[in-house]
Amino acid sequence: MECNICKQNKATVHLTEIINDEVTELHLCEECAKAKGAEMQQHFSIADLLSGLVDLPPDAATKKEHISIKCDSCNMSYADFKKMGRLGCAQCYETFKRALYPLLKRIHGTTRHIGKEPVPRTPTSSKVKTAGKTAKSKLDADRIEILKTRLAEAVRNEEFEKAAVLRDKIKTLEGKKKR
Amino acid sequence: MELKDLIGQTSEWLKATGPDSDIVISSRIRLARNIGGLKFVDWANNKVRQEIAKKAKEAILSSNYMKNSIYVEMDKINPIDRQFLIERHLISRDHAVDTESKTVFIGDREIISIMVNEEDHLRLQVIQPGFVLDDAWSIMESLEKDLEKRLGFAFSDEWGYLTACPTNTGTGLRASVMMHLPAIVFTRQIDNLTDAVSKLGLTVRGFFGEGTQAIGNFYQISNQVTLGHTEIEIIDNLKRVIIQVVSQERGSREFLKAKKKKIVEDKISRAYSTLGGAHIITSKETLELLSLVRLGIDLKLIKNIDTHKLNELLIFTQPAHLQKLEAKALSPSDRDIKRAELINKKLGIKG
Repeated sequence: MECNICKQNKATVHLTEIINDEVTELHLCEECAKAKGAEMQQHFSIADLLSGLVDLPPDAATKKEHISIKCDSCNMSYADFKKMGRLGCAQCYETFKRALYPLLKRIHGTTRHIGKEPVPRTPTSSKVKTAGKTAKSKLDADRIEILKTRLAEAVRNEEFEKAAVLRDKIKTLEGKKKR
Repeated sequence: MELKDLIGQTSEWLKATGPDSDIVISSRIRLARNIGGLKFVDWANNKVRQEIAKKAKEAILSSNYMKNSIYVEMDKINPIDRQFLIERHLISRDHAVDTESKTVFIGDREIISIMVNEEDHLRLQVIQPGFVLDDAWSIMESLEKDLEKRLGFAFSDEWGYLTACPTNTGTGLRASVMMHLPAIVFTRQIDNLTDAVSKLGLTVRGFFGEGTQAIGNFYQISNQVTLGHTEIEIIDNLKRVIIQVVSQERGSREFLKAKKKKIVEDKISRAYSTLGGAHIITSKETLELLSLVRLGIDLKLIKNIDTHKLNELLIFTQPAHLQKLEAKALSPSDRDIKRAELINKKLGIKG
């Protein structure tokens, strides 16, 4: 079978493309497939999809305010972030916080990390500046609440292995609060 | 050990050991991490990227887990070697393009690999044969802890480990399992399965991961959400789903044996003969036929080949592997000939 595009080389790559519910089969040689592949990947770049999600609510005031924001630490602007779909540095998460909340909520269904944390007090540990001590203990309290709901759910479903993990996690967090 | 020695060994994840290895080929854990205080890769200039590469190298090579690892600078190797690493599942396809300051570290038996300067500063991977997500996670946990001590990763109390793309932030964890599901495909349940799985926050992908189509009934299932759940919960959730899929595949195989015996036997023995009789064969056809032979081994219809050998062929018949075995570049049509020769030799089938 010869390549559908250059009509010269032997087709070694076979693609199925679906555009508007219409299925097209393509048989391509390696070179044409590479060119075509680059084209097809652009259709689906995560950056494109993300920048659609990043759009702020159509509230003119907040929008204006956001567009002018630039990250102090890496100089990325909100427009840059929208264009790339990637953040510039860790501090960007604070800088673009208001735009990120709805985005993270849409992607993950929640906006709070409850997984593993860096080992405390490592000299090199590099945390992003947050709003200070009170914020930290408030976060832990929220986290304990979330975990307690999940624990109850796990017990109800008789998922005891999972329940044990959650119980230990709550214990650790409560221990930290007392300290 | 060096990069050139890898062609002489079989990656650990292909060895068909571990629980449920008739259906689950491998279990993989990936973590995304960034070094604190440095710009993310896409936004950094080359000077910063080199600094990232340097810091990562010092930390990784002084870690007990990676002391004797193979260190590769992506811009110093040729395109065949890059493709070779992709085929072995040691790097992503993105890591093989725009290679400046990109590096990779490959540990003992290829269980651990670390990409530096991919989308994030570090992408840590642990991959093992069979359904062993917990084991893979426990290796990953110690590796990450060790590197964290040396590098200090970007972290926020609110959003966890920070990544260049918000889709990975939080745990930065992607757990995935590579499965062989011929009976589910044959009984036309695969679309239902894909739908159901995606409703549970998981994704289904093809043999070579992101953006690839399923060939030869091989599917990768992985978590999508990385924030708001503990690592254990994410892995546990995936595990529960995989247990269901495994039992569905087993049930479907029983059904085929009981109700479609002749049809299945026919398909398998034809696949076996075609592989044995081929003088020219494409990689797509190879994967499709090897899938049927693999099912034949599992159903005890084919007894002179073991799963380990078959898994090996899935990778060694790929384009870059063939070219490495021949130690020269081959045109696609030459590869189709060499591929047929290799299959004949490995399976010991006389054409």
